[in-house]
Amino acid sequence: MVERKKQTIPIWRDERFWRIALQILAVLIFVGIVALLMGNLNRNLAQQGNNFGFGFLKNEAGFSISETLIPYKPKDPYSQVLLAGLANSLRVMILGMILTTIVGVLAGIASFSENWLLRQLNRVYVEVVRNTPLLLQLFFWYFAVFFSLPKPQDMIKLPGPIFMSKRGIAIPWPANTLNVWIGLLVLGIGIIVAIFIWRSRIQLMTEKAESGQPQLIALIIIAIISILIIIFGLGWQAPKIIATGGTEGGLNLTLELSALLTGLVFYTGAFIAEIVRAGIQSVPKGQWEAAKSLGLKSGLVMRLVIFPQALRVMIPSLNSQYMNLAKNSSLAIAIGYPDLYAVANTTYNQTGRPIEVFLLIMAAYLSINLIISLSMNLLNKTVQIKER
Amino acid sequence: MNTIKTQPLAKNKPQEWLQKNLFSTWYNSLITVILLAIIFWGFYGFFGWATTVAEWEVIKVNLPLFMVGRYPKDQYWRIWLIFGIINSLAGFSWGIIGRTAAKLFTRPVLVCLGVISVIVLLIPVAIPDKLLLVLMVGLVAGNAWVGKQLGNKISTLGRWLSLAWFMAFLVILWLMLGGLGIKSVSTNDWGGLMLTILMAVVSIFLSFPLGLLLALGRQSTLPVIKLFSIGYIEIIRGLPLISILFMGQIMIPLFLPEGMRPDRVLRAILGLTLFSSAYLAENVRGGLQSVPRGQIEAAKALGLNTPLVLTLIVLPQALKVAIPSIVGQFISLFQDTTLLAIVGLVELLGISRSILAQPQFLGDYAEVYLFNGILFWLICYSMSMGSRQLEKKLNTSHK
Repeated sequence: MVERKKQTIPIWRDERFWRIALQILAVLIFVGIVALLMGNLNRNLAQQGNNFGFGFLKNEAGFSISETLIPYKPKDPYSQVLLAGLANSLRVMILGMILTTIVGVLAGIASFSENWLLRQLNRVYVEVVRNTPLLLQLFFWYFAVFFSLPKPQDMIKLPGPIFMSKRGIAIPWPANTLNVWIGLLVLGIGIIVAIFIWRSRIQLMTEKAESGQPQLIALIIIAIISILIIIFGLGWQAPKIIATGGTEGGLNLTLELSALLTGLVFYTGAFIAEIVRAGIQSVPKGQWEAAKSLGLKSGLVMRLVIFPQALRVMIPSLNSQYMNLAKNSSLAIAIGYPDLYAVANTTYNQTGRPIEVFLLIMAAYLSINLIISLSMNLLNKTVQIKER
Repeated sequence: MNTIKTQPLAKNKPQEWLQKNLFSTWYNSLITVILLAIIFWGFYGFFGWATTVAEWEVIKVNLPLFMVGRYPKDQYWRIWLIFGIINSLAGFSWGIIGRTAAKLFTRPVLVCLGVISVIVLLIPVAIPDKLLLVLMVGLVAGNAWVGKQLGNKISTLGRWLSLAWFMAFLVILWLMLGGLGIKSVSTNDWGGLMLTILMAVVSIFLSFPLGLLLALGRQSTLPVIKLFSIGYIEIIRGLPLISILFMGQIMIPLFLPEGMRPDRVLRAILGLTLFSSAYLAENVRGGLQSVPRGQIEAAKALGLNTPLVLTLIVLPQALKVAIPSIVGQFISLFQDTTLLAIVGLVELLGISRSILAQPQFLGDYAEVYLFNGILFWLICYSMSMGSRQLEKKLNTSHK
């Protein structure tokens, strides 16, 4: 028998060695690069006489912004103007997400229409919007569409009343009184109650085979009351034309906000339409046939069988589209809407503090995207298949 | 969907087709009528505007600006030469790749070439330029033929294509920049569509290796490397591109040693590369995840070490899956270069804005932006069509 020497693997052929060595190397390279960059940064900043710090946020901003949701005057500090910008950004993002979902889902469903013309128009919309840059579309909406609205003297009057002119788009809007807030509160409670009734109705119908009539009547009553509150209880203020040529009352949407919203909504809507289409197509054909053979009408098939399944496929991609919309809202700077990025840019120009401003922008957008992601994940959990 | 609905039976009878697709129920008929009214109104309005109100002069006069920006006029021959090189090489590659096809110039291809030639002849430029443009179409077709003949004779020619493109890129860069015997042109004079395409192409190629490394890092079993990759990818993907370009323009000089201030175009490319590598990494990761674990285990069982497993087994399969989404990423990067207009570069959209700022073209927004839109649409749409063809060609799965 041959004596077998205890073989030791040479260290450069031992995988365990390489695993640790590679990681240490990566850390060293990373630390080295960061140290080098930071060293340069420190020297460059010292040369400019700017020491790192957020103290400048307390200084007077001194510039005015064209529209704001929270009170702001040029005398306020930079922190206040940045907050005003953040509020403007959030307004565009939230309105944009709601509107783009509506546009996208409608366009996505339109691609399944029986109507050939509707299908083709829908395809043209999707292909045109997806193959041209968003910034170009924003410029087009702002300069070529909204900016070519008539002067305030000969504004476009639409029923509503809605007035469109170079000064902006005036639409009816609830007044800011206590009654209105009470009305909104009642509406909110009504919606929550309605959702509970709806759920228990479906449970009763599917598990106990009850008719669900009383619940349906309750739902109808809630709906009628809500509509009445919306029409009469919110104290809608219609915009009025005043003698000097502008409008008064109601809500005046500026051209910048309108163009930004239109551009973002139609751009993201085209992507959402494709997601909805793919989601619905991903549901196997057998599901349609099975549901139909149970005697469900095609509207019910869509609502009860197909859409809940399609939603599971759609939500992860919808998440990234909402995040894209939030990020793309920073293009507001190109058409002069004072969103967070635009305000931060002015702040940088005035204070000459790129690092601090960039860190603030980073923190804001990363946390907004994190919030979107978390809430979509929460939604995702509620629609996933609950396996027993 | 469409293929199911247009049955051959319905094709013969237009009436039945109309009945089935446009007027099947009362609400369908209503939708059809409303849509027809909207389409008619839209076309009527558009043609009325395009033929009477619109001032197309702004496009005609500034066509060179749109294409190459403020590149010196006496150096235009260099641009033509570059265009010629690209077209020849494109035709040549097409011929080599399609060498096994029975016929290169099938009827649709011929129709396509014919249509392009006619469009080229209709472009309102001087006669010599028109002839040059037709020559370009000829170069593509001619080189395709040569490529096919040569490709059939020398079968290893296909391997040299990527090297040829790389060499061509260096020559193109030299022709654009000048120096070494020809007059040098500052990058500040680069602009228009030329700059847009250059930025997109260079950024995607630079971001490819970075994205590949990041994707591998994210899939790695080494916790530190995984952490770095995830951190980079998620931070970049959470930020708006415009803020990264801003960082590229303003902050990169701060992080560099004193006196080192890269050129504006270079800084823009750096910003775009940092941005798109994070997205590219996610695309490649999709491809990596599609490679079955058994492939890696089998390769390891054969005794291959990790680098060899990656380069010989995993990456070829992963990249094939990832190609469509990489092309998609390229298309969106191509569109995203417009954001450089905000940070002050004169790519296509930037030069359009500066043209619109001239007093004699004030207010011609719709014309200029429409022209921009058509250019972008043509390029992006043909790229996405090409990617769909590629996807079909690469799809070797046996389903």
